[in-house]
Amino acid sequence: MANKIRVATTSLAGCFGCHMSFLDIDERMLQLAEVVEFDRSPITDIEHCTNCDIGLIEGGVCNSENVHVLREFRNNCKILVAVGACAINGGLPAMRNHIPLEECLNEAYLDGIGVENPKIPSDIELPLLLNQVHPIHEIVKIDYYLPGCPPSADVFWKFLTDLIEGREPSLPYELVHYD
Amino acid sequence: MSKTITIDGKIIPFEDGQTIMDAAMAAGVYIPHLCHQPEFTPHGSCKLCTVNVNGRNCSACTFPALEGQDILNETEELIEDRKKITQMLFVEGNHFCPSCEKTGNCQLQAVAYHLNMLDNHFPLFYPDREVDASHAEVMIDHNRCIFCTLCVRASHEKDGKDVFAISGRGIHKHLIVNAKSGLLKDTDIDASDQAVHICPTGALLVKRTGYQVPIGERIYDHKQIDQVALAASGSRPVAALPPSMAVGTENIKHGE
Repeated sequence: MANKIRVATTSLAGCFGCHMSFLDIDERMLQLAEVVEFDRSPITDIEHCTNCDIGLIEGGVCNSENVHVLREFRNNCKILVAVGACAINGGLPAMRNHIPLEECLNEAYLDGIGVENPKIPSDIELPLLLNQVHPIHEIVKIDYYLPGCPPSADVFWKFLTDLIEGREPSLPYELVHYD
Repeated sequence: MSKTITIDGKIIPFEDGQTIMDAAMAAGVYIPHLCHQPEFTPHGSCKLCTVNVNGRNCSACTFPALEGQDILNETEELIEDRKKITQMLFVEGNHFCPSCEKTGNCQLQAVAYHLNMLDNHFPLFYPDREVDASHAEVMIDHNRCIFCTLCVRASHEKDGKDVFAISGRGIHKHLIVNAKSGLLKDTDIDASDQAVHICPTGALLVKRTGYQVPIGERIYDHKQIDQVALAASGSRPVAALPPSMAVGTENIKHGE
């Protein structure tokens, strides 16, 4: 079918929990697939975004690659959506923000209990960590926010069906949770 | 003939000595608030209860009700102001609801839900704050303190102990405890003190009780804070409430 709504998704400094929750729309995925086509997403394995209507971003920004991916999504998506607590306020990864980065790396790779072959990874392919984790609205303009850890499947469904059917998206009280 | 004010066009009776908040609550009209609790001296610091009285913005919890006041409460502008104030409270502290045991019972969160706050709007401060877990039964997580002073007032007015105070100004403002060491373990606080239970956020907690009620079955998971606050105050609604300003169905587009 031509002219399907093109959707891209990604997880930055997230746990993929928001993506799992999205998949919890279960058989409604078939209804969605009739009008939506997935572009770059863990669901398709397409590596780069082309022109899309909706971009769903899970997770905050914790390293240089996250910044590039986020900008690629902003440049290619008409509507960019912050999905979940981490995209909105940095979430649990941002709890490292008051600990110096070096201390975090030392704890994880050198001094932590049970560490074997202590060495801080330095492969050139690894993206450099930022000093702090940031919510995505500090980097690019965000059009909509879906709070929750994760947002429930019904939040995804309500939001996407509102958009697809041409309504201004809104979330009733019972769908708004930060936990 | 009793004296009256109007709130959003509705006639509300009041008695001398009542604040606008007292009169509104008694009549079943909810004005959002965090630093106010009916049984404590009003403080007027959170500014969530800002209402427009005869053209000027005032804190409903401290402003006396006077004959003939024409008050606006649920206007689009005031709701937007309150949402911005709540967003500022969130970004100035470290409010990570998914990892907070107060989630679902938290008034800060519940007010944000009530205002349909979906984002933080402002850059986050991620301030460096401590956790004081020194006491055997009570702990303070300073990351979540919004300086409402309810614990200060409760400790002074109800518990007769003066365990808490606010120190510093502006961004340096912080909660302190009344002990040379600065630690809760060296105070005479007790887990049954009102000061411990009055905290609207997860800043003051009784240890080993946080998950007795599962997430999803907590106070604000199914009830809005306006219903809870009015029920707790034993208010008598004077008339059918006008339809609330579409809270919950409000546009979720990023407000700019």
